[in-house]
Amino acid sequence: MRPRVAFFSFGSCEGCQLQVLSVEDVLPDLLAAVEIVNFREAIDDRRDDYEIAFVEGSLVRPEDVAELQQIRGHAKILVAIGACACLGGVNAMRNRRPVTELAREVYEGRQDGVFAALPDASPLSSVVQVNYEIRGCPIDRFEFLEAVRSLIAGTVPYTPPYAVCVECTLRGTPCLLERGVPCLGSVARAGCNAVCPAYGAPCEACRGCHDVPNFEALGEAFFRHGMTRMLATEKLELFNNYREVRDAWEKAVPSSSAT
Amino acid sequence: MGESRAVVVRHVTRIEGHGNIVVDLEGDRIKRCDLEIVESPRFFEVLLKDRPYDEAPRISCRICGICSVGHATASVLAVEAALGITPGPKLRRLRRLNMAGEWLQSHILHVCFLVAPDAFGVPSIVPMVGSHPDVVKRALRLKRLANDICCTVSGRHVMPISYHAGWMGYWPAPAELRALEEQLVGAEEDLDALVELFAGLSWPVVERRTEHLASLDDGGAYPMMGGPLHSTAGTVTAPEQYRDVLHEYLVDHSAAKHVRGPEGTIRVGALARYALAHDRLHPRATDAAARLGLRPESANPFDYVAAQVVESVQAHQEALDLVSALLADPAPEEPVPAARPQGGRGVGMVEVPRGTLVHDYTIGADGRIRSANCIIPTSQNLASIEEDMRAFLPSLVGRPAPEIAHALEMLVRSYDPCVSCSVH
Repeated sequence: MRPRVAFFSFGSCEGCQLQVLSVEDVLPDLLAAVEIVNFREAIDDRRDDYEIAFVEGSLVRPEDVAELQQIRGHAKILVAIGACACLGGVNAMRNRRPVTELAREVYEGRQDGVFAALPDASPLSSVVQVNYEIRGCPIDRFEFLEAVRSLIAGTVPYTPPYAVCVECTLRGTPCLLERGVPCLGSVARAGCNAVCPAYGAPCEACRGCHDVPNFEALGEAFFRHGMTRMLATEKLELFNNYREVRDAWEKAVPSSSAT
Repeated sequence: MGESRAVVVRHVTRIEGHGNIVVDLEGDRIKRCDLEIVESPRFFEVLLKDRPYDEAPRISCRICGICSVGHATASVLAVEAALGITPGPKLRRLRRLNMAGEWLQSHILHVCFLVAPDAFGVPSIVPMVGSHPDVVKRALRLKRLANDICCTVSGRHVMPISYHAGWMGYWPAPAELRALEEQLVGAEEDLDALVELFAGLSWPVVERRTEHLASLDDGGAYPMMGGPLHSTAGTVTAPEQYRDVLHEYLVDHSAAKHVRGPEGTIRVGALARYALAHDRLHPRATDAAARLGLRPESANPFDYVAAQVVESVQAHQEALDLVSALLADPAPEEPVPAARPQGGRGVGMVEVPRGTLVHDYTIGADGRIRSANCIIPTSQNLASIEEDMRAFLPSLVGRPAPEIAHALEMLVRSYDPCVSCSVH
């Protein structure tokens, strides 16, 4: 029997769900391999008898918590898709300011009703058990397909444990850091085929850090190329604004040592 | 006093983001008629504050997956305006090509994947894979072409990579452009069939006249890369004066701000662009409009669908012309330096698939963004959507609640609202 699959989104741009629809060549095969029973962006059905839930977005609104718990209750397998769901993503950049200040700047101070927001934007794993993660902002559409294949086969979806630098080297992209561009490739998790440096933008670690990030070496490299500690800190805030990374970075390159 | 009835659609399907339709009827009287926007506030304008300007296109494109090329474009134009950078003709061509790709991608997704199921009486495109395989395969081919355009220019469609003030981080090689050209030529038949399909479909008629706005190119091209804001009321406003025309305000039932024009509600997007610039279309697109029976004076929001089909033909023709022009002179353009590196205020105004998008930044002498404001097309349409529901309701009141709900969902869907964008 085809596995029953559902898609849900919390605070996000829904770009990861769009990536799912962007596998044009094999979309009919995908629709034949799984039964989609809930996917608000694309279909009218809304059933709760799904086995696999793909969930995009961060927890942002007070009601998000209960809704996610409900999804967790229905799903045998819950897969977080994209940086917002896995890490908090760009949404978590706001966590460095109190939510009252944000409301003042954007909503004339209103925090009631539809304007209510949690103090912090957080990843799904802060509230429920997440079985698998598909990283990236956005997710890679072919990595998504691979994950679906793995789940149908009953195996574990693969995520590369090594750095984006490996992929840059493999595709022959000249090193941006060597040219003084603040690139996080050396600590960032691969799997994107290092697409950003190849198209002229530094890696911003949207897939999070790999298994053994060497922050000390990252700091040294930034200093060697004339960049400040603050610049590296800020870059990490873009997609990795959570405690483990902040602590590891502070421990490796203490703010008191700032140059 | 008539019987009291409520129509509630929680989380309208086949649109981007979360919105509810809430209608309260008492006999023939409409007590309440709201499109509640219950999407998460993400505070992007605050996220941009204090960040280096080079990050702005990459941060702001995360406002929306479907419109990310549009946001990157408005963002980079705002930064360039603030720094005194005038991009050269080849750079402008390359960016316009990417916008044409996004228009095609977004319009095809809307008309074929989200709207067409209503015309075929099915709940999604999934059953159409079996019942109308040609329609689905054609839609997938066109969507793939659109994706390939954006992948060629900016690495990917969702979250484009290569946008920088005064330059692009990647310049497509002639071989890549030739491959695109071949695909574009091969797609002409598919677009023709798309027009044929939609010319045979019919939609409800809800005539409500209101002001239509579009940001028109000074050079006479079809509106896409921005320019003065033109209105069907006859006014023309410079992009940096947009606040004279577009007034943002809060309503209790929407996390997205509403926007009001000088005369009240406004419409932006394909229907408004067609009203204001139909004489700028490529002959093939003009021909498509004639086959679809689209009139420039249309005040029916269901005509957004036909206007998007016309613009799909337009985007395809533009892409073909732009690729040819880039191939004729394929060398990358030199980066343009900032004439005003000390910064200042800059406004980027462009026409994205759903209408006029504004990014307004002030950049400090330290190269950091001091303040940011973004006005989203869907926010500009929200008040019109609600007024159109009110105009539509009298013809629906006798019907069972689920039918009323379905009809209103179709009306909301015709606007192709992008809710995540509108809340940002």
